[in-house]
Amino acid sequence: MDKEKIISFPHLGDYYIPIKFLLTHLTDHKVVESPPITKRTIELGTKHSPDFVCVPFKYNLGNFIETLENGANVLIQAGGGCRYGYYPEVQEKILKDLGYDFELLTLGENGKISLKHIYKTFKKLNPQIGIFKPCYFGILTILMIRFMDNIDQIIRKNIGFETEKGSFVKLKKEMLEKFANCKGFISLTKLYHKYKKEFMTLPINKPKNCLKVGIIGELYTSMEPFSSYFLESELASMNIEIKRFTNVSYLLYEKRLKEKKLLKYIKKYCKYTLGADGMDNVYRAKYLIDSGFDGLIHIKPFGCTPEIGAIPIIRKVCEEGKMPIIYFSFDSQTSEVGIKTRLEAFYDMLKIKKGR
Amino acid sequence: MNAYLGVDIGSISTKGVVIDEDNNILASDYIWTKGNPIDAVKRLIDNLKVQVDKDRVKIVGIGTTGSARKLIGTMLDATVIKNEITAHAIGTLSLYPDVRTIFEIGGQDSKIILIEDGIVTDYAMNTLCAAGTGAFLSSQAERLGVAVEDFGKIALSSKKPTKIAARCTVFAESDLVHKAQMGYKKEDIIAGLCNSVVSNYLNNVGKGKKIHTPIIFQGGVSKNVGVKKAFEDEVKSEVIVDENGHLMGALGVAILSKNATRRTNFDFSITDDNFETKGVECNGCSNHCEIICVSKNHQMIDSWGNRCSKGDLIDKQNKSHL
Repeated sequence: MDKEKIISFPHLGDYYIPIKFLLTHLTDHKVVESPPITKRTIELGTKHSPDFVCVPFKYNLGNFIETLENGANVLIQAGGGCRYGYYPEVQEKILKDLGYDFELLTLGENGKISLKHIYKTFKKLNPQIGIFKPCYFGILTILMIRFMDNIDQIIRKNIGFETEKGSFVKLKKEMLEKFANCKGFISLTKLYHKYKKEFMTLPINKPKNCLKVGIIGELYTSMEPFSSYFLESELASMNIEIKRFTNVSYLLYEKRLKEKKLLKYIKKYCKYTLGADGMDNVYRAKYLIDSGFDGLIHIKPFGCTPEIGAIPIIRKVCEEGKMPIIYFSFDSQTSEVGIKTRLEAFYDMLKIKKGR
Repeated sequence: MNAYLGVDIGSISTKGVVIDEDNNILASDYIWTKGNPIDAVKRLIDNLKVQVDKDRVKIVGIGTTGSARKLIGTMLDATVIKNEITAHAIGTLSLYPDVRTIFEIGGQDSKIILIEDGIVTDYAMNTLCAAGTGAFLSSQAERLGVAVEDFGKIALSSKKPTKIAARCTVFAESDLVHKAQMGYKKEDIIAGLCNSVVSNYLNNVGKGKKIHTPIIFQGGVSKNVGVKKAFEDEVKSEVIVDENGHLMGALGVAILSKNATRRTNFDFSITDDNFETKGVECNGCSNHCEIICVSKNHQMIDSWGNRCSKGDLIDKQNKSHL
């Protein structure tokens, strides 16, 4: 008889909640997310990764090792339009060489995520899956992600000005717990509206002309706070309103719908897409300049090729729009003190400029 | 008379100034950090003490900057703790109000600050690569058997500087060894090294930035006339090196302490106090944050390094998981 299957997957911010929700409802197996990312995760990941691979690879690999240690035996990995497309195969090989016994399932083929392939993957995990269930829970999960992303936008706008320290984080934690146990569309929508109202009414002390900073750049470092050394919380502690575009809703469907519109907006700078989110970030830089933001922060893993291609264009856009911008490259070895120093100087620069 | 103390504590050297209300320097000092910031600050304060008239001058504001700013800020009970980029800009602007570009090369890092109409508009800082910093130059001086203080003068005597690979310390060093073994003259190699420091700086730190004049060059390496000349050749304009260039960070943070909301009363007596730091590992979760605790006369005054409130030591000194 087969031994019990335990499904696991790597972390990406808070998105383990909808992913776990979907997997639990579509299969009869046990689903556990990887242990939370800590220093040990990245140390393990770095130790077993090629030195020059981008840092999300190292985090994912560290997640896999820790979850395998905890008994998982089915791993799920996605894939995307850059080096991310090679992650599943290379990680499978590294982990097998390390002697772990597991099965690795992918959400895409040849670097492209497709619904057909995802369905096949689920069919493997649950042969009696049918058609109705995956449609129902698939759409419910996408809606949950949409709601989470909407709430996150509200949080980013206001968290820097909370009167009671930690009130936003606390309420968000409570909301995510409720989301994880929701029963269907009606209960999820009710929960969303309830919490949206609560978030809007949390006491804040926000001045009219507060500093506004946009975060643009690569997707993993944007969405996984640990990998950017909690950049957003750091900015919030400086009383800054934050705007960030990248989230899972954007990557899942918005990106496809908007691509032509974005290219038109920046036709002066880009004729084609640049791979991954390169072109999107050029658009965001232009958009944030036009919307009167005070500064931009561009983040990427060290060696991220699409973003390296986008940086010279972004630099030109910012030069023409007189927009202050700083660039951070993250790797497992990045000095946190160096980041803090530069961030502080950036804040001083924006504040003095705004004071004039 | 009210006065303000600024301390800039870097990896290699520690700088301090005492200024009056009009930013005149009443006392200043420049010593080696020698890997022990606490001891360095004690020596610095001692040296400053003898330079000022204690009955007349009252220190009401203290600012710290540089890589050990937090530690020293805690130790001195500073009213302002500022990053070195802002401090350098403020300090330089107080002496050169129309400066447009600041080149700064220190012991462990290098930075460029661009200024327009008296405010910082852009900056870059290189902390990851040691190529072209003071530490690299002094190690190469030792290899070539010359004192680092004479480096600049020797470089100027060269008629035909040789080319040294500039991209990376490791390549520069192996290139230098190779050239020496080939029989190139020492002064040509040293001049080549100065040029490589400059091209490395402009390619890495100054990448993509438009450099406007007037340009001011500061930090420890600015004392090296060879590097100054290499900069002038490369940017094709005059590069100003102020005789107090090494004090700009300390001066800037002293000026910033004038605007601080808090006032202090400092009487130079810190040298008798016993300061200790201790590293502890928090076992509250699997992240194992390393927390630094600072104690004054065996009483903890501050701690930092924790990611979450589990590691807050200053309120609850007896946490069970530590």
